[in-house]
Amino acid sequence: MLVKQISVFLENKEGRVAQVARILSDAGINIRALSIADTTEFGILRLIVDKPPVAEKALRGEGLTVSITEVIAISIEDEPGGLADALQVLHEDKISVEYIYAFISKTSHKANVILRVEDCDRAIESLQANGFEVLKADDVYNQ
Amino acid sequence: MTIWNPEYECMGDEEKRELQGKRLAETVAHVYRNVPFYKKKMDDIGLEPGDVRSIDNLKDLPFTYKTDLREHYPFGMFAVPMDEVVRIHASSGTTGKRTVVGYTKEDIDTWAEVMARTISACGATKADTLQNAYGYGLFTGGLGVHYGAEKIGMSVIPISGGNTKRQIELMQDFGSTIISCTPSYALYLAEVLEEQGIDRSKIKLKAGIFGAEPWSENMRKDIEERLGVLAIDIYGLSEIIGPGVSQECPEKCGLHVNDDHFIPEIIDPDTEEVLGYGEQGEIVFTTVTKKALPLLRYRTRDISKLDNKPCACGRTSYRMEKVTGRTDDMLIIRGVNVFPTQIESVLLELGETAPHYQLIVSKAGTMDALEVQVEMTQALFSDEVKKIEDLERKLRFNIESTLAISAKVTLVEPKTIARSEGKAKRVIDNRNL
Repeated sequence: MLVKQISVFLENKEGRVAQVARILSDAGINIRALSIADTTEFGILRLIVDKPPVAEKALRGEGLTVSITEVIAISIEDEPGGLADALQVLHEDKISVEYIYAFISKTSHKANVILRVEDCDRAIESLQANGFEVLKADDVYNQ
Repeated sequence: MTIWNPEYECMGDEEKRELQGKRLAETVAHVYRNVPFYKKKMDDIGLEPGDVRSIDNLKDLPFTYKTDLREHYPFGMFAVPMDEVVRIHASSGTTGKRTVVGYTKEDIDTWAEVMARTISACGATKADTLQNAYGYGLFTGGLGVHYGAEKIGMSVIPISGGNTKRQIELMQDFGSTIISCTPSYALYLAEVLEEQGIDRSKIKLKAGIFGAEPWSENMRKDIEERLGVLAIDIYGLSEIIGPGVSQECPEKCGLHVNDDHFIPEIIDPDTEEVLGYGEQGEIVFTTVTKKALPLLRYRTRDISKLDNKPCACGRTSYRMEKVTGRTDDMLIIRGVNVFPTQIESVLLELGETAPHYQLIVSKAGTMDALEVQVEMTQALFSDEVKKIEDLERKLRFNIESTLAISAKVTLVEPKTIARSEGKAKRVIDNRNL
């Protein structure tokens, strides 16, 4: 159920993201989604890819600091209120979201939302109980 | 220019060697009797106090290292009972333990005497007003200068370090003529005076004694031009006495060692062989008048050379060249001794192995700035910004409380710190000293 997200530590300087993209491309990895959290000095690149273990190995092999974080992917309607409803559910159950990013699914034409929460199991339970579709990891990697 | 104590500072070579030999013999007997550490060291090499009869025997004596002082923390190397100790100073420790030094009443008088020579060497007399901007406290700078200046009979302003606004106010209102501080602070004061557009005629400063950190000839020129003073380099270390070990005279051709009290030698730091005049090596001092903490052949780790030719100023004391470096990796940043291993000990608190790190020292304006770069590791990394920022904050706080100076902490990607022969280069000093 849980999606493995790859996080990479990057210094906030020219060409760093390009280098990561090149390493992944050379390893035959397709990036499904990404987001960057940046400060003035460093950034954290977060990636959802088709083959997380291969990507992790390739990036570590190039000496980058990489961690794997388990995140939740949900599928919501791509229309006004789609995200608000899902977040409302989590808020009511007092589950705080550390960060969030989204992308459009090519196959279902729905929006896929990646959620990072402290307690994944509780969040999944809460979302499912309220009728939200929690995606299987393989469906996110291989859609 | 005034020579404070011509009898000793201008003593003939023969006479001085005889005095040094006599004082050395007394010191060796004193430590053999009262410091178990020295008794053992001498017994181990089969040396008895009676074997030391002249200055020529200096080379037979064992060396003393900074680690010896740490291992005998706090008072284990003292040669007198504590009821004779009237003052204790300490320098920052590298791995928690400080270097502790003690003084008897007589030692304080000796210190005042050598500091009177140091201060007089810049032309100061009792008619002058000294603004003492060295820190007062455990650091020897403030009180060392203070007692020397009082001995001369100067009007001393014990303003201590920092609070630049007050420094500049009192400098004008009290008419300070001599200033003592670190050279970087002197430059900073000059800068602030310029910024505030203070009329030079309102400042009476004519000379300054600057030390506690290495500085270049260019920096001297800068201070002399911008602060409008004669800038004199002074040298000392708390283990030997504090400031007052040696000082330049206005000839600026090396620092006159107060060698009737502290006998200098230059050695090859690797072979420990004594080197000749003019040869560069590690300067080693033997104190021959100190009572509370006499040290035999103390390894300073400072690189210098000795000149035994008389100086144009009239003093006959041997001169040591301005210290140009260290035989270990100690840095002096804003007057504070910093060892890269101190950073390592902070980083080790994070886990079993310390991440690679590098110290980058530079000049931010006139002051030294320290940046500590730490390579991110898998173990320290998090996908959350706030956790990484917490790590940075924690590191900065721990480094500051260990070093006693502020530092900027930057987390960098792995393998970005240059390695030479597999080992990371720990220090980049961009100060052009």
